[in-house]
Amino acid sequence: MPRINSPAELEAFRRNLLSERDPNKTCITLCSGSACHASGSREVAASIQEEIQKQGLNAEVEFRRTGCHGFCERGPIIVIRPEEICYFQIKPEDVPEIVSETIKEKKVIERLLYTDPATNEKIVHESDIPFYKNQGRIVFGSNVSVDPKNIDDYLAIGGYSALAKVLSGMTPDQVLQEVKKANLRGRGGGGFPAGTKWEGSRNAPGDVKYVIVNADEGDPGAYMDRSLLEGNPHSVLEGLTIGAYAIGSHEGYIYVRQEYPLAVENVNIAIQQAEEFGLLGKNILGSGFDFIVKVHRGAGAFVCGESTALMTALEGRAGEPRPKYVRSNVVGLWGRPSVLNNVETWANVPLIINNGADWFTQFGTDTSKGTKIFSLVGKITNTGLVEVPMGTPLRDIIYKIGGGIPGGKKFKAVQTGGPSGGCLPEELLDLPVGFDELTKAGSMMGSGGMIIMDEDTCMVDIARYFLEFLTEESCGKCVPCREGMRQMLKILTNITKGKGKEGDIELLEQLSETAIEAALCALGKSSPNPFLSTLQHFREEYEAHIKEKRCPALSCKELISYYIDPDKCQACMNCLRKCPSEAITGGKRQIHVIDQEKCTKCGTCFEVCPSRFAAAKKISGEPVPPPIPEEARTIVRKSKEK
Amino acid sequence: MNEILLKIDGKEVKAKEGMTVLEAARSAGISIPTLCHHEKLEPYGACRLCIVEVESRGWTRIVVSCVYPVEKNIIVRTRSEKVDRIRKMILELQLAHAPDSFILQDLAKEYGADRDRFEKEPSFCIHCGLCVRYCAEVKKKNAVGFVDRGIRKEISFIPEIASKECWNCKECFPLCPTEALQAAYVLMEALISPPPSLKREAEK
Repeated sequence: MPRINSPAELEAFRRNLLSERDPNKTCITLCSGSACHASGSREVAASIQEEIQKQGLNAEVEFRRTGCHGFCERGPIIVIRPEEICYFQIKPEDVPEIVSETIKEKKVIERLLYTDPATNEKIVHESDIPFYKNQGRIVFGSNVSVDPKNIDDYLAIGGYSALAKVLSGMTPDQVLQEVKKANLRGRGGGGFPAGTKWEGSRNAPGDVKYVIVNADEGDPGAYMDRSLLEGNPHSVLEGLTIGAYAIGSHEGYIYVRQEYPLAVENVNIAIQQAEEFGLLGKNILGSGFDFIVKVHRGAGAFVCGESTALMTALEGRAGEPRPKYVRSNVVGLWGRPSVLNNVETWANVPLIINNGADWFTQFGTDTSKGTKIFSLVGKITNTGLVEVPMGTPLRDIIYKIGGGIPGGKKFKAVQTGGPSGGCLPEELLDLPVGFDELTKAGSMMGSGGMIIMDEDTCMVDIARYFLEFLTEESCGKCVPCREGMRQMLKILTNITKGKGKEGDIELLEQLSETAIEAALCALGKSSPNPFLSTLQHFREEYEAHIKEKRCPALSCKELISYYIDPDKCQACMNCLRKCPSEAITGGKRQIHVIDQEKCTKCGTCFEVCPSRFAAAKKISGEPVPPPIPEEARTIVRKSKEK
Repeated sequence: MNEILLKIDGKEVKAKEGMTVLEAARSAGISIPTLCHHEKLEPYGACRLCIVEVESRGWTRIVVSCVYPVEKNIIVRTRSEKVDRIRKMILELQLAHAPDSFILQDLAKEYGADRDRFEKEPSFCIHCGLCVRYCAEVKKKNAVGFVDRGIRKEISFIPEIASKECWNCKECFPLCPTEALQAAYVLMEALISPPPSLKREAEK
């Protein structure tokens, strides 16, 4: 491919590309994000290629392996264009039928369609499915039409036109002003205005400046940055290059987790292709602007998502935050002004440049503009990645898009903002999502993790879980974080084990104050959040654990007991046979009894007891009733009495 | 260098631009407790004991004085109810690891810290990093370093370097706020079982 030497040549190339692409040609797109890989997308891809070959359709059908479509619950996903027929949970053995029926005969295969659980209707088109219909996918939407390993696909949807616009007709200051006007706030957690950050770097003294992509996404259950970098790496590169131009940087870094091999692979391919096209490197699009990008693989420390720790790690040292009070956009990587933004933030930049700040600010609330991608996980029907305009109520995300709580369970809390975020209760479900709204409610936006919890979740145990995660991931440099969390974790663990004492809550609060006020970095300062937000909204659960040794969610193992109600037991032998520790005695027509000494509280009896009997019970905070005397255990069935 | 005027505990203090609040305070004879600070070393900001209240443009916040640069007209309070309360907690957290450290005991007395507030886990090391940083920054030997992270973090001598450098130096020992017990111990342990390659070298 020859280099593209000017914005005009880029447009000519694009026109040529589009003229060669027939929009009515059948195209099979297959989701090949990491989640779909795990559910067998690779095998499906192989069989699609084989089948197209076999049925002699090579010339008529295009096959494209794209990035994540978002509806990971139902992967692997196939979308057949131009009809936009959408099939879910495809297995390799479905492929011959898809090719011969849908591709050749244009017949829809009913059994592979999505069934709306509310109406039981089959839905053919992707855009009619409630999961997609209720989103606003301005950033993530391109994933479905782009093969991330092929720059042509990105160019075909208008890729790099924002960069061309910037390089041919905008001064760095105009770019800066546009981003400021759009009020683009950092999507990585802090929500700091990107334009202000850029301006600080631009005005900072020094010739050498850096721009960095933070792709060290480490929140449990969060994978939006991963999917964006895997699925549309050029959008991030384009945003980064525009940012570099705005602040006067000629060198950029992508700090990506080692654990994201596909993201590393795809972004490296993207960089190589962009360099070949003259969209990166020396004299980009003939403008005289030089910019190179290097990929740095992180070694897996959560704290390296914190800006100063990330930069320390980039310099080749142990990833620990710096104690400096000077912002890293002024003194950052190797002591130079450095702008660090998250993957999603950078991916928003080309959109702002192309469509203008006024277009961007039409989405969102007063202080949070644009959209946000959330990874919706936990006790939710539609697990996946969702992008919604800022200001969308939590309830819409969870119920309209997420499809509510599975298994007929009740919603209990939504945890946002990653491990240092907080848990919000049902009363706050109408809260519009936005940086300040979430912070005010005691949680935070974070990078967009959204974990749904149902009534079976113990909030004290959740706080303990996140504290444990953060304790594992603390770098150990400062005392309030390392030692404070060590103690907080001990106390919370004790509470969940029924060893909580009067005064524990107050001690936890004091340790929280020490961390908030005196810890070195954002990880340490926000480390008490899991405790503080659950205390704020679920204080009664803490008190029940401490005072009554009772776990209201019946979840903390050491505070619950299993018990078979003798009035309900029908001696069906289910639990008796399945109990792994042989703790259940009984027999045919003999009421079953759990030997509490032997019981390991695995919950098997509770799960296997037929719901029409519902004899196995979980109890907490009360003594287990004594077993009924052996002579009373024989069940005399009325029908047999006659 | 520009001179900067600020107020520390009600006293007008003159400082040079680029100085930290801790340096300015000490130059004026005002003491702020520290555990990880050493004038020959880069500020580290790890023990957080040197926190102070800084009031600037009507806004008060807690900052760490060993890294916070002096600014014109700021008002610094080295003691307040909140500062003392947090220092007390920091000391109590440290005392769980080094209950017999004299420095910690003296500070505990001043701040009313309870030596037994948290369950003891004597490790002696309080991770001030003085030995590690002194060896790296002053001696430029890196014979001792931190290994692992978070609550598993500990200091460790690197046998290959320590066996050559440490016997004649040991300058880090007196720096240790917990009487170098751990440092000496870890060093001994490292030297008692040197890796086979070094043993061979020593036998030559």
